Amino acid sequence: MSRFSPYDNNGGSCVAIAGADYCVIASDTRMSTGYNILTRDHSKIYKLADKCILASSGFQADMKALQKLLAARHLIYQHQHNKQMSCPAMGQLLSNTLYYKRFFPYYTFNVLGGLDNEGKGCVYTYDAVGSYERVGYSAQGSGSVLIMPFLDNQLKSPSPLLLPAQDAVTPLSQSEAIDLVKTCFASATERDIHTVSSRVLFLPKYMVYLMFFFLLPVMPSLGNVENVAF
Amino acid sequence: MQRGRSDVEELAEDESGEELLLSSDRSRQAHITSSSSAEASLRLAFAKFQSTVSAHSPMESNQAKPSLLASESDSQRTLSPYVTGTSVVALKYKDGILMAADMGGSYGSTLRYKSMSRMTPVGKHSLLGASGEISDFQEICKYLDELILHDSMWDDGNSLGPKEVHNYLTRVMYNRRNKFDPFWNSLVLGGVKKGEKYLGMVSMIGLSFVDDHVATGFGNHLARPILRDEWREDLSFEDGVKLLEKCMRVLLYRDRSAVNKLQIAKITEEGVTISQPYSLKTFWGFTAFNNPTAGAEGS
Repeated sequence: MSRFSPYDNNGGSCVAIAGADYCVIASDTRMSTGYNILTRDHSKIYKLADKCILASSGFQADMKALQKLLAARHLIYQHQHNKQMSCPAMGQLLSNTLYYKRFFPYYTFNVLGGLDNEGKGCVYTYDAVGSYERVGYSAQGSGSVLIMPFLDNQLKSPSPLLLPAQDAVTPLSQSEAIDLVKTCFASATERDIHTVSSRVLFLPKYMVYLMFFFLLPVMPSLGNVENVAF
Repeated sequence: MQRGRSDVEELAEDESGEELLLSSDRSRQAHITSSSSAEASLRLAFAKFQSTVSAHSPMESNQAKPSLLASESDSQRTLSPYVTGTSVVALKYKDGILMAADMGGSYGSTLRYKSMSRMTPVGKHSLLGASGEISDFQEICKYLDELILHDSMWDDGNSLGPKEVHNYLTRVMYNRRNKFDPFWNSLVLGGVKKGEKYLGMVSMIGLSFVDDHVATGFGNHLARPILRDEWREDLSFEDGVKLLEKCMRVLLYRDRSAVNKLQIAKITEEGVTISQPYSLKTFWGFTAFNNPTAGAEGS
């Protein structure tokens, strides 16, 4: 009799790219368990603060609990400090929250994206127990192994070991970055069963301007004519 | 403690080399492979947690065998379900939600109970259906009764809607899973409040989502594809019932724990109606069934 396991992997991928004055955060919307699809319309993105958005993939129940916890902590912060939490602050909070459960981890692979205090795009990438790093772009989730090398090739981020430290944010424009992310999902969908590109949620951030739109399916062979755009 | 530490390392080494097949309880058939280092570190952390749990258990000192994990006989928690219900299927239709569940309670492979109602109204706006361990379902009903009671005692003119109840159930299931003492159920929660229809599901590890149609257990494999193909917005009541019956019939043919006695429940703005139990017509007149041993050796 196999043991009860408290974990499950619900698949999906998340990507974030930081630019000079924007940050693009995207995720697919498929939730699966094993080889089954549970639902096709479940967002993995959650807005924590004005300038801070969390995208996570992994075990959905842990994702939900983590989002609720961070939202509650953010509310307390707002009451105590009379301002929104900045993205770097939220980044630290998330890391600490994850490490708090070091010995029964949140099975979530997170990417935190937003604008830092100077208005530059910032992306923080995490593992399940809270190790984190500020980077110029990141991908997490089941498709990350397919997306990350592609981003490395396209964005050619300077090595973090260089001195003086060079900026990791991409010089691309916002629309170019969005196109790049669309290509990422299209490619990941080809080979990762847990990721689909027929519906991708985008949150490009230009200051405080938020926009949502869905992606056209790139593979006509699927016969999928879902086509929602505005 | 010395022994405990080396056992952990052993366990970690053991696990990192193999695939873990999770219990094939109803629809959960995930394979976890430790291909990524993140997952391996997760497993190591998990193994460490397991060892600390069992090392501090008061039963451990009495045991003759030095087992790392407490055996099933020691544990007071549900580690495997006993009396279980099979699938629940539900969909949104024009006026609200339609939900169907059969009335069987299986004790392993015996169809022990044939009049278990696995659906129940919750408050004024919701309907709960459950598959899995029946006793856990009854316990959840008690919790929900208390929740609804306390809500009505506020006497503030507001009543908990399906979204609130769904959230409550998700938190309850998740918290039980955190304590390694799950309610062994897959719950379907549907309802209508102020004209808004809501249909969601919660699994035994706290996984929750909403959708236009849901199914638990075998229904996920057999009924969901039918629903994906034939469900559409604003089904009439008759069409909805026909679609549900189609799904239940397939389950009846193919799920060994299904019984041919089902109820269909409907919830609309007006309230909940759970139908009287009835049977579906089945057809067995296929030529292949007429003389099943034809051509077989010794027939």
